[in-house]
Amino acid sequence: MIVPTMADMMAQGKQPEILFWVGAAGSYDDRAKKISRAFVKILHQAKVDFAVLGTEESSTGDAAKRAGNEFLFQMQALMNIEVLNGYEVKKIVTCDPHSFNTLKNEYPSLGGKYKVLHHTQFIQNLIAEGRLEIDNQNLQGKRVTFHDPCYLGRANEVYESPRDLIRRLGVNLTEMKRHKRTALCCGAGGAQMFKDAEAGDKEVNILRTEDALETKPDIIATGCPYCNTMMTDGIKFKEKEDSVIVRDIAELIAQANKL
Amino acid sequence: MQYLPNILFAIALIFGVGFFVLNIRKLSRNIKLGKDVNRTDNKPARLKNMLKIALGQYKMVRRPLSGILHVIVYVGFVIINIEVLEIIVDGLFGTHRVFQGFIGNAFYGFLIGTFEILAALVFITVVIFWTRRNVANIKRFLSAEMKGWPKKDGNLILYFEMVLMTLFIVMNATDVPFQEAGVGNPISQFVAPIFNNFSAESIHLIERTSWWIHILGILVFLNYLYYSKHLHILLAFPNTYFANLNAKGQLNNLDSVTNEVKLMMDPDADPYATPEAGAEEEVPEKFGASEVTDLSWVQLMNAYTCTECGRCTSACPANLTGKKLSPRKIMMDTRDRLEEVGRNIDENKGTFKDDGKQLLNDYITPEELWACTSCNACVEECPVNIDPLSIIMDMRRYLVMEQSAAPQELNAMMSNIENNGAPWQYNQQDRLNWANEE
Repeated sequence: MIVPTMADMMAQGKQPEILFWVGAAGSYDDRAKKISRAFVKILHQAKVDFAVLGTEESSTGDAAKRAGNEFLFQMQALMNIEVLNGYEVKKIVTCDPHSFNTLKNEYPSLGGKYKVLHHTQFIQNLIAEGRLEIDNQNLQGKRVTFHDPCYLGRANEVYESPRDLIRRLGVNLTEMKRHKRTALCCGAGGAQMFKDAEAGDKEVNILRTEDALETKPDIIATGCPYCNTMMTDGIKFKEKEDSVIVRDIAELIAQANKL
Repeated sequence: MQYLPNILFAIALIFGVGFFVLNIRKLSRNIKLGKDVNRTDNKPARLKNMLKIALGQYKMVRRPLSGILHVIVYVGFVIINIEVLEIIVDGLFGTHRVFQGFIGNAFYGFLIGTFEILAALVFITVVIFWTRRNVANIKRFLSAEMKGWPKKDGNLILYFEMVLMTLFIVMNATDVPFQEAGVGNPISQFVAPIFNNFSAESIHLIERTSWWIHILGILVFLNYLYYSKHLHILLAFPNTYFANLNAKGQLNNLDSVTNEVKLMMDPDADPYATPEAGAEEEVPEKFGASEVTDLSWVQLMNAYTCTECGRCTSACPANLTGKKLSPRKIMMDTRDRLEEVGRNIDENKGTFKDDGKQLLNDYITPEELWACTSCNACVEECPVNIDPLSIIMDMRRYLVMEQSAAPQELNAMMSNIENNGAPWQYNQQDRLNWANEE
C-alpha cells in the first residue's frame, strides 16, 4: 500500500493536499490499523494527494491532557506543532475524533493553526466535489446504527457528516434511543481507555452495546477507533459477534466500493 | 396610629430587601474568591445565549414534560410578580389596588385575571412537581446526594409557592368590592362563596391577613434564596451569559505550563538566568485545583447556580453504570465548600483561617474524579450551561501534576507517551508499519 510521508514529499519538493494524521490507535492497534488502511484506499480511489508524518508523528497528547498531565500534553503539542509547521501543513484529516478535537481546538493557541477535518467530513467533501462516489448496492438493505463518538458529536457538534455517508451506502440507518446530542459515551474517553473502570455495577461499553442491540442492527457503525474497540468488546461480551459487526464508516465505504 | 400599617410595611420592606442585599454581597464576595478568567469577549453571542437559554428556557424543554411544567412556573412567577409592585405601593401609601384607578377597570381586570389563571396553573404544576419528587420514584431525585437538606430544600420551595399562590387567590376572593366589580376574578370567584357565611369583618380580616402574609412571605422567600438551590432564578442569567463559548471538546491550555514547557524546550534558554523583576509573583502556587479558591469565578458561579435538577447525573455514563461520580454532586460539593470557606472568612474578620479541610478528599474523592469519561453529556444536559467537567479536569490536574497521584495504569500510559510518543509500548520507528501489513 502506497502511503507517502511528508519527508518523501518534501524531498520531491511537493506539498500534498492533505496530511493524514493517523493517530496512535490507527498506527499500532491491530483493529484500528484496518481503519487507516481503508481510509487510504478511499484516498487513492479519489486520487487525493496526501501524506502522513510516519515515524515523525507522535501522540497528540489528548489522553495525557484528559488524565490531568498538562505538562506532557503541551510537550507533545509543541513538538508536533514544530514538525507540522516545519512541513508547512495547512490541512489535516484524521480518523480519530480525539486527535481531531485536540488538533482543531487545543493546538491553535499553542501556535498550531490548521484546517482540521474528521475523515467523514473530508469524504463528504470529496463526494460534493465529485471526486468520489459511494456504491449503494453492496451493502443495500443492511440495518446500520451509528454510535456518535463524544469527541466528534457533543465536543464538536459534527452529527450529520457520518450519517450522510451512511445513508449513501443504501443501508437502513436506525438510530439508537440515545443519539446525537444525547448519545451515550462508549466508555473510552478521558483516558478511560487506558485504565480499569472504577467500581460500579456495569461497564459503560456494555450499556452502550445494549443501546445499539436494541435497534437490531447488522452493523454498528462508528467514526472512532476507540469507540470501535469498546463496541467490539461489547458485542463479544453479549456473544453477538456472529450476527453483528462493528465497522468504521471508512471501512464500510471501502467495502461498498470493493476497494 | 393611622399610619402604623404603612410604617410596619416600610420596616418589613427595608429589612427584607436590606438583608437580601447583604446576602447578595456575600454571594458576590464568595464568587470573587475564584481565579480570574476573561469572559467578556463576543458579547453578542453571550447575550444571545442568555436570552435563548435563560430567558427562553431553550434547553429546559428538551425534556418536554418537566420542561413545559417548568415554563409554566417560570412564566407565572415572573408575571405574577408584577402584582408585587402594586402591593408595595399600596403598602407604603395605604392605598388599595392603586393601579385600578390608573389603568382603568377593564385593563386592570385583564391583568389580575391573567395573574389568577397563572396562579392556579402554578399551584397545579407545583403539586405535580411535589409528586414527582416525593412519590413518582424518579431516579435523579433519589440519588445519594439528594438525601437530607437538598430534598427538604426542594420541597420547601414547593410549599412556599403553594402557600403564596393560595394567599394570592384568597386575598382576591375576600376582597368584597373587587368581587362585586366582577372583573379579573376568573378563579377567585369560585373561592369567594366559601366565605359567604362569614361576617363582613371576618372577611375583611381574612383579606388583610392574606395580603400581609402574602407580601411578608414573598420577602421571606426572597431571603430564602441565598440559603437554597433556588438561587438559579437569579443566577441563571449571568451564568448563561458568562458560560464557555468554545467547542465543548476544547479543554483550556494552562498558560503557566506553556511558559515552563517552552523554557524546557528552548535550546537557548539559560536555566540559571536571574528571573526578571516581578516574575516571581507570576509563578502559580499550584497547578490544577484542590480547593474552591483554585477554581475560576465562573466555576464558582456555576456552583451557586446549580438547582440540583440532576439532568447531568441522569446522562452521565459513569453514574448510569453505578460509579460514584455524579456531576451534580461535584457542583453541590463545590458550593457547600465555598459556603464553608465564606463563613470561615466572615468568622475570622475577613481572612481565611485554615480549617484542615479542602474540596479534594473532604468533599470530592479521587474515585469520583477518575470515573469521568470527559464525554460532555453533563455539560450538554445542563439547562443553564453549568460545566461540571471543567472542575473534574482541574482537579485531575492537581492530582497528577502536584501529587503524582494518577492511577497506576495511567502513569504507565503517560510514560509510554513520554518515551515513545504513543500510549502503548510500541517503538516510534514502527509507526508506519500498518501501511505494509496487508
